[in-house]
Amino acid sequence: MSATEIQSPRSGQISGKPESGKIAPKYRRGGSSRGNFEMAAWLFMRLSGVVLVVLIFGHLFVNLLVGEGIHAIDFGFVAGKWADPFWQFWDLAMLWLAMLHGTNGVRTIINDYAEKDSTRFWLKMVLYAATAVIIILGTLVIFTFNPCPVVDGVQLPGGFCPA
Amino acid sequence: MDPVPAPLCCREVYSVPTKPAGTLYRGREGMWSWVGHRITGVVIFFFLLVHVLDTSLVRVSPEAYTAVIGAYKNPLMALGETGLVAAIVFHAFNGLRIIAVDFWKKGAKYQRQMLWVVLGLWIVTMVAFSIRHLSLALGGH
Repeated sequence: MSATEIQSPRSGQISGKPESGKIAPKYRRGGSSRGNFEMAAWLFMRLSGVVLVVLIFGHLFVNLLVGEGIHAIDFGFVAGKWADPFWQFWDLAMLWLAMLHGTNGVRTIINDYAEKDSTRFWLKMVLYAATAVIIILGTLVIFTFNPCPVVDGVQLPGGFCPA
Repeated sequence: MDPVPAPLCCREVYSVPTKPAGTLYRGREGMWSWVGHRITGVVIFFFLLVHVLDTSLVRVSPEAYTAVIGAYKNPLMALGETGLVAAIVFHAFNGLRIIAVDFWKKGAKYQRQMLWVVLGLWIVTMVAFSIRHLSLALGGH
C-alpha cells in the first residue's frame, strides 16, 4: 500500500479491523451532545413529507374542489368539519407535521445563509417562538372550538347549533 | 498498488452534460430544482403561519371568521390561491423525487429524468386545478 492512498472511513484499515464496518473515531461527526439529531431531522423531513402530500392534497380537494369550492367556506363549513373527530384529527396531524416540517426547512435555510453566530442564533429563536405560538394556538382552536357560540345567553348568528 | 479503474462493462453510465456548464451540478436541473424547492418551501411556510391565524378567528366569533375569509373570495385572491397551490404541488412532487433520489437504488442516476416527470405531472395537475378552482371562484355567485 502506498503512503498516499486514501482510505474510506468504513474500510476498516484505519481502525485496524478490516471490514469491521465501524467508522473510525476521527471520522465520526458531531459531538456527543448533538447525538443523531441531524440524522433524525433528515429522516423526519422525508417521512412527514410523504404524509403531508396525502393530508394537504386531501385538504385542498375537499375545501376547494368539491361542491361550491371556496364559496362554501364560512363559519358553518368549519363547524361542520370539526363536529367530526375524523377532520379534527386530520387537521391536527396536518398542523403539527406541516409546522415541524416547515420549521426544520427554515432552520436549514437560516443555518445556510446567516453567517454570524449571533444572527443565526436569534433568527432561530424567533423561528422557534413563532412555531411554538402557532402550534399551541392551532391545537387549542381545534380542541376548544365551540360550533354553537353563545354570548350573554344569546346565540351568535352563523353558528352551527343542534336543532 | 495502483488503483485500477473499473472495467468499462461494469461502470454505471450517468447522463453527463455534454456542454460546459460550470460543473456537473451547478446551473443544471439538480441545482434549479433545489432552488425551486427552497423558494416554494419558504412561501408555503409563511402562508401556513397566516392560515393558522385566520382559521383561529373561528374561536373569536363567526362574524370575524366569515368577514376575514370573505377577503379571500375575490379574483385577485383566486389567482393568489392558484399560485400557492402551484407552489405546494411542485414542492410535493419534487419532494417525492428527493425521496426517490435518497432511497431508490437508481434514484441518483435518474434524478434528471425524474425532474421532467415532476414538471409534467405538475403541469397536468395545475391545468386541472386551475380550470376547476378558477371557474368556481370567478364564475357564478
